[in-house]
Order: sequence, then C-alpha cells, then structure tokens
Amino acid sequence: MNCQQTRELIHGYVDGELDLVKSLEIEEHLKSCEACAQTYKQIRGLRSALTNNALRFEPSTKFERHLRSALRKQDDSTATPWFIRWRWLPAGATLLGALIVLVVVGGMWRRPSANDVVAQEIVSSHVRSLMAGHLMDVVSSDRHTVKPWFDGKLDFSPPVRDFRDQGFTLSGGRLDYIGNRPVAALVYLRGQHPINLFVWPSDGTPATTQQASVHQGYNLIRWSNEGMNYWVVSDLNLAELQQFVQLLQAQNQAEGGNPAVRQRARI
Amino acid sequence: MQHLGAAYSLARWLVHNEDDAEDLVQEAYLRALKFFSGYYGGDSRAWLLTIVRNTCYTWLQKNRTFVTEPIDDNLEDAGLDFADPESLLLQQVDSQMVRQALQELPVEFREVVVLREMEGLSYKEIAVVADIPIGTVMSRLKRGRQRLHALLATRMGKEAKVELSANA
Repeated sequence: MNCQQTRELIHGYVDGELDLVKSLEIEEHLKSCEACAQTYKQIRGLRSALTNNALRFEPSTKFERHLRSALRKQDDSTATPWFIRWRWLPAGATLLGALIVLVVVGGMWRRPSANDVVAQEIVSSHVRSLMAGHLMDVVSSDRHTVKPWFDGKLDFSPPVRDFRDQGFTLSGGRLDYIGNRPVAALVYLRGQHPINLFVWPSDGTPATTQQASVHQGYNLIRWSNEGMNYWVVSDLNLAELQQFVQLLQAQNQAEGGNPAVRQRARI
Repeated sequence: MQHLGAAYSLARWLVHNEDDAEDLVQEAYLRALKFFSGYYGGDSRAWLLTIVRNTCYTWLQKNRTFVTEPIDDNLEDAGLDFADPESLLLQQVDSQMVRQALQELPVEFREVVVLREMEGLSYKEIAVVADIPIGTVMSRLKRGRQRLHALLATRMGKEAKVELSANA
C-alpha cells in the first residue's frame, strides 16, 4: 500500500472499520513510512482529545423528569380517546371490551414470533451483504485466518470450518448484528451460491434440532447445540443446504464437543 | 431513560443551546413513541438517534441557522493534512478549546465526529443515522478531523505565541 492509499483509508483503520487484509497492509506501511506514521499519531492524539475531554452534554435531571411526564401524558391521551365520555360509558365499555378482545386475538394471530423476527433479520442481512458487496471482512479460505480475526471483535469464539473437499468453500467472515447483538457471519460458497452462516451464543436455551423455513425465496435452516445458535441462509436449494448443515453438525460432533464454542468470559 | 444521554448530547451539539436541545429531544421522543409501531427490532439507539437528528435538522432549516450551502462530498480539503511539521500534543489541549473548535465545524462534519467519538457508533450505524453511504461517513470523518486538527493547531500556535510574548 502506498501513501495515497493509506491516507485514503487511515481513518477507517483508526476506527477499526477496515477488513483484516487492509488493516495489515496499513500496519505494514506505517512501519516503513515516517509521514504516514506521523499522521496516524496525530489522528490518535485528536481522538483522545475528543474522548478525554468530557465533551458530551448531559441532560439535567429536571429535564429528564419533565420528559418522563410528557411521555406519560401522551401515552395516557392515546389510551383514552376524547370521544369516550361518561354517558357513553356503558356502551363504550362493551365496545371497548370487544375491541380489546379483537386486538389481542388479532395481535396474537398476526404478531410474528421471535424466530420470525430473527429470520427476517437474517434474510435482510444476507441480502444486504450481497447488495453492498460487503459479503466479507476477512477474505480468506484458511480457517486459521478467519478465526483469529473474530477475536476481540466478539465475546465468543465461533467454530470455523472449511468443507472445500465437499464442495462448500469457506471464503471469509464478517461481523454482523442480529437481534441487537454482534454475531459472527461466516461466508461459504457453493459454486456461485453464497451461503451465510450466522453463529451466536444461545445463552442457555436448550438445544434444538434443525428447522427449515423459506423467507422471501431464501432457504433458512436453524438449530442450536453446544451453547450456540446457528442460522444458515442461502438461495441454494434446500437439499444441498441440508447437506451443508449435516456436514457442520457431523464435524462438531466428531470434534467431541467443540472446545472453541465455549463462551469466553464477557469483559 | 434509555439513550437519553446520547439523544440529548447529539441534539445539543447540533443546535448549540440548551433550551432548543431540550425541546427538540422532547419532540423526538414523542415522535418516537407515536411511531413505535414502525420499529421492528434492530438497533434501538441508532433508530432513536435518527429521529433526534432529523428533528434537529428540520429545526435548523426552519431557523435558517443552517449553512445553506451543502457540502460537496467529492471534494478534498486542500492543504489540510495531519502531517504538518509541528507535532501537536493534542492530549494537552484544553477541553474548552476542543469544544469551541468542534462547534465551529459545519454541521455535516460535526455530527459524524460527535456520533463516532462521543457515542462510539460504527460507520454502519452513522450511515443509518445521518442517512449517507458508509463511504461518505469515512470521507466526512476524515475531513471533519482534518479541519478540527487545523483549527486546534492554529489556536494552539497562537496561544503558544501569546505565552511566549508574555514570558518575554
């Protein structure tokens, strides 16, 4: 990497937003280039001046109290509409009762389950990763490169495996957010079909067997064991995707309770 | 109250004064409450900050304190590079000076710096809040930091000179 490219990307480097390969290239360049190393030092200095100096504004407790009561008022006013008057009360109550039953029943009927919400996020994330050309942060088919890359970025260590011989090539990984938490996304390729494998700790929920579903034309399979949740999404046909899942599960079992899955202590 | 600190600080940095910031945060929270049904999971902080940010921008435009000339993201700021020969020990810069310099930045640069440095948002989250592509997040951060650095360098230079002449 030359000075021009380094100057272009150094802010991304300082912010930890570059992929592994680019970060290493910049580190290499900084070692040999005095001017860029100086720039790097100055950006670091500026950043610490911005974060050390308590520049954040704090809301006053008076304002917080005021805001709370304003929010409560709005909540109340939406809960009791103006047209409910005392003389309408008997009829209104009946109507309201019926309405509540309708809303509750309707809500139960229509509210997506937790898994549906996650499935939706998984599909969105998969689609986004394809659209933005941001499939991978670490481009590597070497699981020993992909795995360390996650260290320090996640509070758990995802199992990383390659199934090149079986036709599923590990091509990289990236960090993603599902259900409000950072998760590991591993990218495999089956021919031209990318497969996103999402992994995160299941936080004590019991192991489940495979469950397949279809969302927006993508096939999804989820399961959890060894303390991890797994979701696989791809435009690949279900049979081949299941084959991939079986490979993963067999490998996990073969390694006899994967030690890598043990969750690291949260910092 | 969740995220109130982040919401208030952002508003205050965008509109500069306490009363307006409080009004705008309240407006944003009421709006958030009203449209809560439109929120399906995801990052609630980024979602809330987006509403705060948009509320503030609407206010800025109405009150004409907004710099009407939008910045050109394809431009580079010539002559503003970090590698100037005088090395700055910015850690020692006094916070009032940093605050002042940051307040003078155009709002588009100020908001990405505030979101990144004070709230610790990722580029992806900033892209959502400020409604710009991730590449623009990086280029605005770069230009914002360059300008900030230049402003501080000039002021610290002046201060050093004043001190020198006082000592002389």
